Amino acid sequence: MDMVNIKINGMDYEAPKGITVLEAARLANVEIPTLCFLKDINEIGACRICIVEVSEKRGDAMGPKRMIASCVYPISDGMHIYTNTPKVIESRKKTLELILSNHDRKCLSCVRSGNCELQKLCKDMGVEVENTYDGEVTSFELDTSAAHMVRDNNKCILCRRCVAVCSKVQGIGVIGANERGFKTNIACAFEDDLANTSCVSCGQCIAVCPVGALYEKDSTAEIFEAIADESKTVVVQTAPAVRAALGESFGYPIGTDVEGKMAAALRRIGFDKVFDTDFGADLTIMEEANEFVDRVKNGGKLPMITSCSPGWIKYCEHYFPDMTENLSTCKSPMQMFGATVKTYYAEKIGVKPEDIVVVAVMPCTAKKFEIGRDDQNAAGVPDVDYSITTRELARMIERSGIKFSELPDEKFDDPLGISTGAGVIFGATGGVMEAALRTAVETLTGEELKSLEFSEVRGTEGIKEASYDVAGMTVKVAVVSGLANAREVLKKVESGEADYQFIEIMGCPGGCVNGGGQPQQPGWVRNTVDIKALRAKVLYDIDADMPIRKSHENPAIKKVYEEYFGEPGSEKAHHILHTSYVKRGLYK
Amino acid sequence: MAAKTCSIPFKGTAEQETKLREVIASHKDDKGALMPVLQQAQEIYGYLPIEVQTIIATEMDIPLEKVYGVVTFYSQFSLNPKGKYTISVCLGTACYVKGSGDLFDELSAKLGISGGETTPDGKFSLVDCRCIGACGLAPVLTVNDDVYGRLTVDDLDGILEKYSD
Repeated sequence: MDMVNIKINGMDYEAPKGITVLEAARLANVEIPTLCFLKDINEIGACRICIVEVSEKRGDAMGPKRMIASCVYPISDGMHIYTNTPKVIESRKKTLELILSNHDRKCLSCVRSGNCELQKLCKDMGVEVENTYDGEVTSFELDTSAAHMVRDNNKCILCRRCVAVCSKVQGIGVIGANERGFKTNIACAFEDDLANTSCVSCGQCIAVCPVGALYEKDSTAEIFEAIADESKTVVVQTAPAVRAALGESFGYPIGTDVEGKMAAALRRIGFDKVFDTDFGADLTIMEEANEFVDRVKNGGKLPMITSCSPGWIKYCEHYFPDMTENLSTCKSPMQMFGATVKTYYAEKIGVKPEDIVVVAVMPCTAKKFEIGRDDQNAAGVPDVDYSITTRELARMIERSGIKFSELPDEKFDDPLGISTGAGVIFGATGGVMEAALRTAVETLTGEELKSLEFSEVRGTEGIKEASYDVAGMTVKVAVVSGLANAREVLKKVESGEADYQFIEIMGCPGGCVNGGGQPQQPGWVRNTVDIKALRAKVLYDIDADMPIRKSHENPAIKKVYEEYFGEPGSEKAHHILHTSYVKRGLYK
Repeated sequence: MAAKTCSIPFKGTAEQETKLREVIASHKDDKGALMPVLQQAQEIYGYLPIEVQTIIATEMDIPLEKVYGVVTFYSQFSLNPKGKYTISVCLGTACYVKGSGDLFDELSAKLGISGGETTPDGKFSLVDCRCIGACGLAPVLTVNDDVYGRLTVDDLDGILEKYSD
């Protein structure tokens, strides 16, 4: 690697040629604050918070000091970089004051209070007066049209992180900058409601928003009401990925497993039963593996594509409507779980399904859309009543006065809290594929697998491929996360360039661990740490320690088939655990 | 919120659409083709309503929002067809200090449209402009090629009446 010599704040360093001033400073352990910058996603040098002074070599002499945006400016040999001169600090402060001049400063009631990047920068840069520049302010109506989120442009600081993640990472681009100058605002085409667009509800925009302009619709008040209502049996289920990230809301390092404390907290909030969506994941594997074998044997539509991720499902319906027949008809684990609670479990405990409230804690915002879909009400009432994000659960824990770090580690309740290692890895990209392979291979070969790790489909890359010999048959699989990647793979399937039999697709990059409902990490963390890899490791570690690691060996699953569904793919299972899709298309 | 689409019904012809599709096809492999396509689309239709932008978005495989973002960024693009009569109010310095801002606001209220828009009957468009070189007559407005000067808001009804045909 070519190295160049630079000085940062008077100290000598060597740094790789071609990197930016911001990266060079980071290598030298010098922090430069950023706001709009998201590595590989939003590198536009727009907000000017990362401003520094540099002076570059001109022949034998040094050129004059200039102000540059360090996130996009490359280093050069002999460059002198000054990150903390009075001029730099004054400039950052002025930028913040100008942002504040057109920002709805209702911080006390803001959903991001205490966790706002703008708030932290103002504090760090010593902004003492919040209305240094008083003048005209823009005013926007809130967009509350979508099932999953609210857009409040009065809080927007026009950093464009949401725009970049929507168009680049997800390949969707339903939000962008409209108008220009003072009138610039982030919105949909023709200022239409988000609900009328091909938004897939993935919530990645919320995950990257530095302020309170984008946030999920909060259902916590309704859930507290339901818990207080004695006529209701309130059952909670938690998705695999939640336990890998909830701790971040309570100061734990990224990648801490808080499953036990989470179960304890849910019980103390007052839920009647604390169950695990991992059970639903095991059920999904039983149905999906059966469906796959059936499609292969009976000439069904291939490749079969997984249907766990509601963001991916809506994307397929909008962007690849002709491929909805490729989708597995299996409901998602969350919906299978809800449907099982309101049919099988309701019968078992002798409670009417309408008196059961199913709450799902998900790393996901698209789940809020999914619970309202057609054909998701096996017992004549919605399978799931409320789907809340990991962030909302953290809010409920705080509001309940529970001291999270002091909680004991507790277990989920029986019987729908019993799960396997296969169920827990659903939360990471490749997990569903691996879980399905564990079951499908043993079913097809009739032999016990020697090794349960399918390492080819592990890891956080957006597109992975593998091929396996199963009972004399070659099965080509692909594992995809992030919707721009999905588009790339599906185009190849459409053109016949790729001939997979089975594809796992997750809407969010890295899978559910990096879902749009997970605790927000600020830009300066996202830019330096691979959050999705750290959270995924939690799930693979749990799997490795589980006594049962194959869905078909889950005793509770065996029992539910014996007592209720019969066998995977039975008529009853079809009625309760499967669903249908809509060909939405793009512009109506 | 409702979508901000043009209230005047779209009257695009099959001929215009064929032309537009030819324009898009001719730019098929060009990077950064959106601007020239939009410019030529506006030449074909006179403006860029949602129907035209949707064809462009679909054919060029660009999100509709991105197309709309570019259209609203550049003042050369219009979301509304030009009316039979374009009323252009000068908001240049001299006219403005003589009260042309009030003229503009009053016209906007009377016609029920904002700047850049056209009345639903397709008759009047309202725009602002900067200095037409008749500062001695400030405040000034023009209706197509007719110039009106030294105006007050009370003169506006009389002017609009002249174009009642």
